[in-house]
Amino acid sequence: MPDKILKELTLKIWRQKNAKAKGGFETYKIRDISGGTSFLEMLDILNEQLVSENKEPVAFDHDCREGICGMCSLFINGRAHGPDDEVTTCQLHLRRFKDGETITIEPRSSGAFPVIKDLIVDRKAFEKIQQAGGYVSVTTGGVPDGNAIPVPSEKAEEAMDAAACIGCGACVATCKNSSAMLFVAAKVSQLALLPQGKIEAARRARAMVAKMDELGFGNCTNTGACESECPKKISIEHIARLNREYLKAKLQE
Amino acid sequence: MNKLDAKIPEGALAEKWANHKAHIGVVSPANKRKLDIIVVGTGLAGGSAAASLAELGYNVLSFCYQDSPRRAHSIAAQGGINAAKNYQNDNDSIYRLFYETIKGGDYRAREANVYRLAEVSGAIIDQCVAQGVPFARDYGGLLDNRSFGGALVSRTFYARGQTGQQLLLGCYGALNRQVKNGNVKVYSRHEVLDVVVIDGKARGVIARDLVTGKIERFGAHAVVLATGGYGNVFFLSTNAMGCNVSAAWQAYKRGAFFGNPCFVQIHPTCIPVHGDQQSKLTLMSESLRNDGRVWVPKKKEDAEKLQAGTISTNDIPDEDRDFYLERRYPAFGNLVPRDVASRAAKERCDAGFGVNNTGKAVFLDFKYAIQRLGEETIRKRYGNLFQMYEKITDVNPYREPMMIYPAIHYSMGGLWVDYNLMTTIPGLYAIGECNFSDHGANRLGASALMQGLADGYFILPYTIGDYLAKEIQTPKINTASPEFNEAEQRVNDRLRALGEIKGTKSPDHFHKLLGRVMWDHVGMARDAKGLEQASRMIQELKQEFYRDLRVTGDLSAMNNELEKAARVADFFELAELMTRDAIERAESCGGHFRLESVTGEGEAKRDDDRYRHVSAWEYKGDDNAPELHQEPLVYENIQIAQRSYK
Amino acid sequence: MNSFITSSIGKKAIMSVSGFFLVSFLCVHLTANLMIVVDSSGEIFNEVCHFMATNPVVRVIEPVLALGFLLHIALASWITLQNRAARPVKYARSNQAGNASWVSRNMYILGALILVFLLLHLWNFWWKIKFAGDPLLEEIEVNGVLVENTYALVSGLFKTSVVYCGLYILGGVLLGLHLAHGFGAAFQSIGLSNRVWRKRWAFLGTLFAVIVAGGFSIIPIYFLLGLGG
Repeated sequence: MPDKILKELTLKIWRQKNAKAKGGFETYKIRDISGGTSFLEMLDILNEQLVSENKEPVAFDHDCREGICGMCSLFINGRAHGPDDEVTTCQLHLRRFKDGETITIEPRSSGAFPVIKDLIVDRKAFEKIQQAGGYVSVTTGGVPDGNAIPVPSEKAEEAMDAAACIGCGACVATCKNSSAMLFVAAKVSQLALLPQGKIEAARRARAMVAKMDELGFGNCTNTGACESECPKKISIEHIARLNREYLKAKLQE
Repeated sequence: MNKLDAKIPEGALAEKWANHKAHIGVVSPANKRKLDIIVVGTGLAGGSAAASLAELGYNVLSFCYQDSPRRAHSIAAQGGINAAKNYQNDNDSIYRLFYETIKGGDYRAREANVYRLAEVSGAIIDQCVAQGVPFARDYGGLLDNRSFGGALVSRTFYARGQTGQQLLLGCYGALNRQVKNGNVKVYSRHEVLDVVVIDGKARGVIARDLVTGKIERFGAHAVVLATGGYGNVFFLSTNAMGCNVSAAWQAYKRGAFFGNPCFVQIHPTCIPVHGDQQSKLTLMSESLRNDGRVWVPKKKEDAEKLQAGTISTNDIPDEDRDFYLERRYPAFGNLVPRDVASRAAKERCDAGFGVNNTGKAVFLDFKYAIQRLGEETIRKRYGNLFQMYEKITDVNPYREPMMIYPAIHYSMGGLWVDYNLMTTIPGLYAIGECNFSDHGANRLGASALMQGLADGYFILPYTIGDYLAKEIQTPKINTASPEFNEAEQRVNDRLRALGEIKGTKSPDHFHKLLGRVMWDHVGMARDAKGLEQASRMIQELKQEFYRDLRVTGDLSAMNNELEKAARVADFFELAELMTRDAIERAESCGGHFRLESVTGEGEAKRDDDRYRHVSAWEYKGDDNAPELHQEPLVYENIQIAQRSYK
Repeated sequence: MNSFITSSIGKKAIMSVSGFFLVSFLCVHLTANLMIVVDSSGEIFNEVCHFMATNPVVRVIEPVLALGFLLHIALASWITLQNRAARPVKYARSNQAGNASWVSRNMYILGALILVFLLLHLWNFWWKIKFAGDPLLEEIEVNGVLVENTYALVSGLFKTSVVYCGLYILGGVLLGLHLAHGFGAAFQSIGLSNRVWRKRWAFLGTLFAVIVAGGFSIIPIYFLLGLGG
């Protein structure tokens, strides 16, 4: 089945020279492009056009282009990862757009994720949260046999649901409060569900939440926007577990 | 005359590693604190090495070009990780994993290295479980396994279709723990562009801060390259867009030998190319071949109608379907190794039986598995892969078969390393896909994750101690030395030269052209004539690159075009070496298929008399041909044979 | 515990608990109000009001209730200010409506409107009963006890003003909307939710919201329809 050809698309793209510069929108046209082209390939084509006009191409984050590395991070037509569900920007294809449409492409900026250049934002805040406690404290070697720690398969599955987080930041971008709760919940919940992670669950929840708050993310108001835009469909049930773990941890303090 | 000393320990195969560990040097905890180690790359190999070395007490500097260590391309590995645990009671053992890996690699890997890999494989699973990796479990709560190509047992551990992601996040966690403890400093958005060698030893790197554009110096007592593979020399591959050879290539130019550069793996199950503007090929996990059956039409006219779009797949009755893998390889069927499956697909498509509009695709059909197991079971096993397929192609694989075609996936070749994983530059190590060591001429599925983590968790942390034990007197490396000045100057000159060409074409433009030459002539089937032609074409293209490249923007600020240009420049040089190596190796083995060297049945035919060796290339300057060194491969524990999966 | 109150989850937990407290108050208030409809003579309602005004337990709870309100409002304001600050540069285009309900995104605005309504409501009744007094409140005897005729005050307001009837219906609806999200969210915020209970809370939350909105609106409607005594 051949893909439709889109005769013209208008792209309204945020351009910003660097973190300090003032940004603004620029408008570009893309013509005669196949609906089977991925969104990022369209930006590649645009950039080829810009280079041929001796203009600076649009900077955007991307790497694996198969929906797993979490690097791509655009805000397209008001939605993180654009108008398709359960995909990252790199897996979004132009067949989801109408011919003649104007597409607005913005960086997913927030207080905790400042713009570095054009559409690229700095997500180091996520690193800091993970460094605060997003792990099981085991040292290489000296661990028991894999099968010495049985895990009920339902628990393993639920932990895997949470562990599927790719750290793209769509949750923060989508949340009207720029809250990172779903991101933090994914890790806290994954490890709280497993016997390996239970041991330091309280310390982990306290440390990760404290770091999240310190970095200027907003507060969760349970709108559920994060889960509806999460490319890996991570549920806010994990946020409930985070709340539970955190409150328990604080009571133990 | 042979400069290659693999330093393989004496003794029986099964005792080599234990003996070696017992006798190598160890650095005391107090001295480890004084030693710095640079680890370039944060995938499974680099991430696990950085974490483990830091746990031991070394000061680790970890580099990645992405915005986070978690984004390294190991994350994209889908199917699983092998380990000789024998949890399934199906007669698996260290020897069997060793044997199958050597055989799968078409007898072009080192016995001692592969045996060690199989030996530590079990510990990797234990380690990952302890880290909280949510591996698939059976209802009794124990670890589950699946089968992979080239193996007669079920030894692949998996976490849905995201095993690489989960393993990487496990070692990312371990790395983060060490960051918190102050033992690791992560330099993300930094690209290593040169290795600094002082008095013959690796003493640091030059890196570009990709945000500020600043060229920076970093000194260390040892440097570990874990920079992955070079499949992106083909432009279209399953690698991430940023994967590159630059750090490894510069190491080669500083004196590290490059092993078997022509050995690249072509993965049989990728989503076919859809058009000229395609930037990247998406892999569909090998695990799909557990339940999917590969076929093309038996009748050419059916294939032609499929290509023209006048009939649909379901119009072709079962008796008119050619399940060519099951036909040709009854013992392994759809689970033959990757090189075999890829070549078989190419053979059918070249013969005119391809099934999509370009004629470059075969079917991977789940109809039969759905009939046998039900849609729910298939959804549970492969749901995320099916969803990904549908998002990209707009075709529902529960209703219609997937279309797949081979694509460049993995590089078995890489920097030559000895048993200690050290390159020919003392103090410079290469681990994971970056080295050449364990997979011979073809890697088995689910073995890349195993090798990366084996190197990083359980091998390098021991072997590097042997080298560093002699370095405890060396003070902190002074980065103001003439060698650092010179290296930084070299990087600056190289980048400035690219910026000053001021031609008309983007780096991507040249990269695509180079990729096409490589795919057409140094791809799945190679012959002397094509390779010679490729060699000339690469030369011409390279000259044009240096004449007509345009790098827009400011060189001393964030500049994606400059990053790409520098990578493409290195890919050009690598392409030359790959082609040279492919010409020199006039036999077929594993992923390296020379049309001149085939059996009567069209299978790859090795020439063990002339080519049972590792080809390690030594850089001799830009204007001279590189020198070939051979490391003979000795098989004492394996009966070497023509590989057969029939 | 200091860090608990300033932590995002701690703040939300306090929002949740104070919310539950207000919910329990609403239940009592609604039950009492419905006596207006149950008994058109107003006797039962007047008795209930008298009980509420004189019972020592209720007297003690009243300031606590006020405190609950203040806490709920203060924290909501704090959270909202922080949340606004968390994204200094707003999106040019944002499809908020596509991924979360209007109510869930506008709890603060709903809360503020409810507060305005509450002030009006306090001025209409509480202020008069407690301090200012009103001729309609003249004491009457019910079952041998002298009680203020609160029923007359209520019916007086609704019978004479269609505008007030409208405002009170609006108040009930606003409250219902606030609860439609708030009820389930309160359980989520203190972690009492999972795959199964999430759906149950959502259902119960909607049900409760309808009961509250409907229950409070019935009274002005009742008088509008001329059914009140």
